Formats: sequence, C-alpha cells, structure tokens
Amino acid sequence: MQSKKIIICDTEKCTGCEICEYACSIFKEKTVNWSKSRIRHIRVEPTFDIAIACRKCEEPLCAKACPRDAVLVLEDGSVKIEPDKCNGCGWCIEACNFGALKLDWDKKRVFACDFCAEFDQPKCVEFCPYEALEFTTLDQVGHEAGKKAFKRIIEEMG
Amino acid sequence: MKGYAGKFLRVDLASGEVRADKLSEEVARKFLGGYGLVAWTLYNEVPDGADALSPENVLCLWTGPVAGTPVPVSSKYIMGARSPATGFIGFGIASGGIGSELKAAGWDGIVVTGKAPRPSYLYIQNDMVEVRDASRLWGKTTWETEELIRDELCDDEIRVSSIGPAGELQTCLANITNDRNRQVGRSGMGAVMGSKNLKAIAIRGTGDVEVAELDELIEFCRDLYKRCRGPATEKYRVLGTPANVLVHNRLGCLPTNNFQKGTFEDAEACSGERMLETMVKKVVACPSCPIACDHINVVRDGPWAGTVASVDYESLELLGPNCGVSDLGAITKAVELCDTLGIDTISAGVTVSWAMEAYERGLLSREDCDGLDLKFGNSEAMVEAVRRMSLREGRLGALIADGSARAAEKLGKGSEKFAMVNKKLEWGAYSLRSLQTATLGFATSVRGACYLRSGSYQVDVKGKVDRYTLDRSRGPVVTEGENLYAVIDSMIICKFTRGIYKDDDEIARVIRLVTGFDISDEEMIEIGERIHNMAKLFNVRFGASRADDYPPPRAFEEKMYDDVSDGAVIEIERYDEALSGYYESRRWSEDGIPTKALLEDLGLDTRLGV
Repeated sequence: MQSKKIIICDTEKCTGCEICEYACSIFKEKTVNWSKSRIRHIRVEPTFDIAIACRKCEEPLCAKACPRDAVLVLEDGSVKIEPDKCNGCGWCIEACNFGALKLDWDKKRVFACDFCAEFDQPKCVEFCPYEALEFTTLDQVGHEAGKKAFKRIIEEMG
Repeated sequence: MKGYAGKFLRVDLASGEVRADKLSEEVARKFLGGYGLVAWTLYNEVPDGADALSPENVLCLWTGPVAGTPVPVSSKYIMGARSPATGFIGFGIASGGIGSELKAAGWDGIVVTGKAPRPSYLYIQNDMVEVRDASRLWGKTTWETEELIRDELCDDEIRVSSIGPAGELQTCLANITNDRNRQVGRSGMGAVMGSKNLKAIAIRGTGDVEVAELDELIEFCRDLYKRCRGPATEKYRVLGTPANVLVHNRLGCLPTNNFQKGTFEDAEACSGERMLETMVKKVVACPSCPIACDHINVVRDGPWAGTVASVDYESLELLGPNCGVSDLGAITKAVELCDTLGIDTISAGVTVSWAMEAYERGLLSREDCDGLDLKFGNSEAMVEAVRRMSLREGRLGALIADGSARAAEKLGKGSEKFAMVNKKLEWGAYSLRSLQTATLGFATSVRGACYLRSGSYQVDVKGKVDRYTLDRSRGPVVTEGENLYAVIDSMIICKFTRGIYKDDDEIARVIRLVTGFDISDEEMIEIGERIHNMAKLFNVRFGASRADDYPPPRAFEEKMYDDVSDGAVIEIERYDEALSGYYESRRWSEDGIPTKALLEDLGLDTRLGV
C-alpha cells in the first residue's frame, strides 16, 4: 500500500508551464519532445490548469481494454506496455479516463508513465518549479487533508 | 548546427504555393534568430517603396535557437513586416506556445508574401502545410478563432495566432493574438495579416527538438529554474508587472491624463496590490516558464462582471491612469476588448487619452465623439472608445482607429502637439520628462516609442543617473542595452529572465549549449550590434533620419508639475547632445546613418552607409 505512490497535481499551484513535460521527455526519451511526455498538461480556459499522469487505478481500464494483453499491471500498480504485443490500436488510450496514455508517433507504440523507476523520484515532480506536483500515496493525501481540516478547527478553538 | 530546425517555410498566398527553404549556418551565426532573422528577411526581401498593406510587403514569423528547448521562458516567436503604423521596421515578440510548437513541427520560421484571393489560414502539422479557407472565421474574435480552428481540425493541442476584426479592417493598431493572452502587439502586424487575407496561423508539431549538449543544458536549466524562483523575478511572480503602478507613482513617472502628469491621485485604486486582492483569479505561465507573470483577472461584480483578461502594467497604466481611469473592472474590460477584437493595448490607451485631451480642450465636440462624454476619468467612455476604435465604428471610431498620430493629422488644430508618439507609434507607459534616459531610448528605437529595445529606463528608475536631465554619456547606455537586448530578442528568451543570469557569458553559454556554436560573450554582443544595425538599415532604406529620433513636443515645450516633479522638462539642447552621443557610440553619422566602416566591420551591406 505504501509503495503505491502516484503523481498528484495541486491545480491551484499549477501554472501550465509544461516543464514537467520537458523534463519527462528529456530523461525518459533523451530528447526534447513534449508529445512524448508521460505526463500531460491540460488547460481549460481561462484559468484552470492540471498535469495528469497514470493514476495506478485499482482496476485499470487500459489493461482490460487491450485485446492483445499488451498492458501489464505491475506490482506497484503502474502499467507496462509490452512493445512486442502492442500494435498501437489505442483502445487503452480510449479506455483511460485521464488521458494518461499516449501513442508514440515514431515507434507506433503506446507508452505510459513508469514513475521514473530508475530514479529517486519522478523527474516531473523533481523539476516542477511551482511545487505543484507531489509523488505521494492517496492515503497520505487523505491524511494531509484531515490534518489540515483538524488544524483549522484547533486554531479556531484557540 | 543544433537548436535550429535548419529550414523555414515560404508561403505565397497569391498562388497558394508552399515550399521549404534552407536556413544556412552562415545566416544563423550572423543573425542568430528571432529579431535578427526578421531584420535580415525584411531588409533583403521587402521591395523598395512597398506599401505596408500591399501584397508586396513581406510578413515573416521567426523563432530563435532556444525555442522548444527547456531554457527558461524560451517559447517565444516574433512576427515582422514593414509597419503600416510607422512605415519603418515593424515587429512584435510574443510568448505562449507558438515558438516551441513551430520548432517541434520542424520549422524555424515562415515567410509569407502575396495576398490570398479569399480569407485563409495557414495550417502546419509537421511537414504537412496547407492554406485553408477561413471564410467562416472572418469577423470572429481572436478567442473564437482559436477555438473554431481547434474544433475544425479536431486537435486541442494546436496553437493558433490570429487576428480579430481590427486586423481584418487593417487598422494601424491591429495586433496578433495567440494562446488568448499573448500578443504580437505593436506596430500593426495584425493589419499586415489582414491585408494578406490571412486570418490565422495554426501549428501542431510533434517532432524532437535537438540541442547540442542536452545533459549539460538540463542541469544548467535546473539551476536557472531555481534562480527564476528567487529575488530577481519576485516582482513578476507576486504582483506581476502591475507592481510598477505604485513604484512609478512614487517616482513621479506614471503617465497620467495623456502624459500631462507623472502622478495619479487614484493610483492605489488601480495598483498591482489592489488588482491582486480584488481581480486576479489565477496566475498562469507560458510554456517553459518557471516565473508565471501572467495575472488573469476575472471581474467579480459591478457593470463589468464576468469580464476575463490578462492585465499587465502597460495595458493597465495606459488604459487606466493615462486616461484618468482607476476602475480596474473597466480597465480589464478594455483589455478584453483589445485582445479579442485585436488591437494593441498600448496604442489603444494612448490614442484614447489623446482623444480625451482633445475633447477637454474643446477640439472634439461631443458629437464628434458619438455622444460620449470623453473626459479624463470617464471609465465607461474609455471602454466604449476602445470598442469603437477596434471596429472603426461611428465618427469617433473612424477618427481614432489608426492611432493618435493619424487622428491628429486629420483633426489638426494643434492636436499634433499632444499626440504622444515617436515614428507615429504611441509611447509606452513611462513618463517623458522625469525619465530622460528612457526617453532617449524610446525615441531612438527602430520600432518607435519602444521601451523594450534597450531597457534604458532602468538607469533612471534605479537612480544610477540624474533622470531629470540628459548628457552625452546616456548615448552609450542606450547602445549597450540595445546590443544585449537584440541578442535576447533573437535567441528569443523572455526579458524577465535577464536578471537570473550572472553575466553576459551565462547567456552566451545558453547559446553554446543549445546550438553548439563556440561563441564568447563578446562575439555574442557583436551579433547583437549587427542585428540592430540591420534593423536600422531597413529604416534608412525607408527614409529614416535624425528627425525621426525625437520624443513628442510635450517633452520640450511643457513643464511637468505633479506630486513629485516641479517643472520637469527636457531641454532641447541637452537632448540633441545626448542624441549625438548615442549616434557616436553607435558609429552612426550625425543624421543617424550607419557609417560604411561600421557596416563593413559587421559584415553588412555597405551601400546605404555614409
């Protein structure tokens, strides 16, 4: 449970700078190409920004949707696309509620966030200049929310 | 040659023909990108005597080598053409996603000639380039155009630069908008697009952007991002550029009532502080920007409730205090109208303030103003005047749609004296008489009345010189600023990042890491000097002389009295001296023409030199 960390975006802090996308492509693809980023910035005009990566869903719809069993669900909850099995049909992309999967236009294969398994933490989180991204568990997010609410009550009660 | 795509598009709108052209390493090394390539393109390709709004004019869009890279605030582009407003070199630089997207599509720039037979837009998706029908977009606002194009092409990630109705009407104030809030604002580039029947340029790129030293660059950027969160950029992050309102008011350099004064009694009410408290809904950033200066206002109540616009200092100041207006709701509304209908907020504000002064002096009747009581401080009249000028509507709109210089020419009666222009372009939001080095920089700028070409206001504002007087030594200050800024505008990086670099060599290091060019900081500054002279040569070709490098008469003929200044004025003899000092430091003649020896040293065409 503790290991199931995901990338959370604080939409109040996210400015839409897309540096997460640059960092992702640079460290994961060794090039600058935000269309190959595993995290995706979305802006809803005029004032809403978010960056979304894989949510490690408990029941990943992407894996269910794949007709070729190319989407493997790993122990940490992330998904791995087997390049030999994937044919780029994109059903998994369609199935994902968050747009967290993408098609690599050059390799003709789907790819997904692996949370920078080879590094200490995801590079998008490390590089976010606004500290809008956090690599944490949903349980911890809930705990923090509860703590914040409780602190407010304590302060109000003096 | 990394950083560059190495090729650019040539589009002939008359025939619809599109072809690729090579950007040679020689040209890239000489002119770097952005502003440099605009100057290079226009000098070489605009025919002698070509009218700015004729099919012969050349409209170009360029990025620089850093566009599309992780360099802080590097997603910028520039559009240039002969300006319908000034008759000289016209251009504007904007942020947003256009620069990086075009690079990812595999192009460094676009050079557009001719006029399309019907309303059209250009669509670029990597190698695929189309001139598409824009009939159903004609008449739409810029914001509507962006959405309609994304819907039509079924791609939300397309970046769009477009003109509004003002560009279609080819008014001298017409600008170009991208990503809703970013503008190629000054010198009427939107009118040039309109004259070519070009409603928009839509871009989607999915390719790799290659840089010379990626590993080293990203580590340097990691450091630069941290600096971008430090004290050098705090002002932009917290209050945004409207922080200047109270600073300038204290210094007595906040243009008020058409530059008649430098302090505004209601400055608090329209300060950056008040705006943050009552209007700002969200602060957003351009791609690759760790600063986020863009303060998006949403008007919550009152007559302008529901209005949304990104409001910066220049827009706020010139539509606000310079029109005697302090109502942030009205100012936000006026900015929204400018952005959506497609006119430059700076020229709009200064043109409305000119009309207000003419009205108060009795040179314009209420009937001339379509019934508006156009006195200073009437916020509703200011907003309506902006709408009318954008659409060339009514008597007032017809008079002021092309800016204050042309309006004054039409009206006469001495109103030319208070048209706050240089080279027929409206002055930025820095007072004339209490910031005299700034005034020299504005008036000598190649674009006209420009605060962005040299940053010469900085020595005034920071108290490094006596800002109430001028002498010969101010010339080199302007020259030095211009040479560095020409580099910044050609790379292109945001000027708000200039404070994060410890010295010029760190800027040169960015160029080295991105392009692989082994250039020193001194060589970089020489490139800046070459670029500036290339732009100047364009102006010389179109008749520029010393007479074009003066501020408006108000600077010399009226003493300024306000809470700070007690009779501030520019002495003409001192201005002349400073101007000669500037020409000397540039190695130009007393008439402001580059010498042949200088041009030869810089490797430029010597034919127009003296």
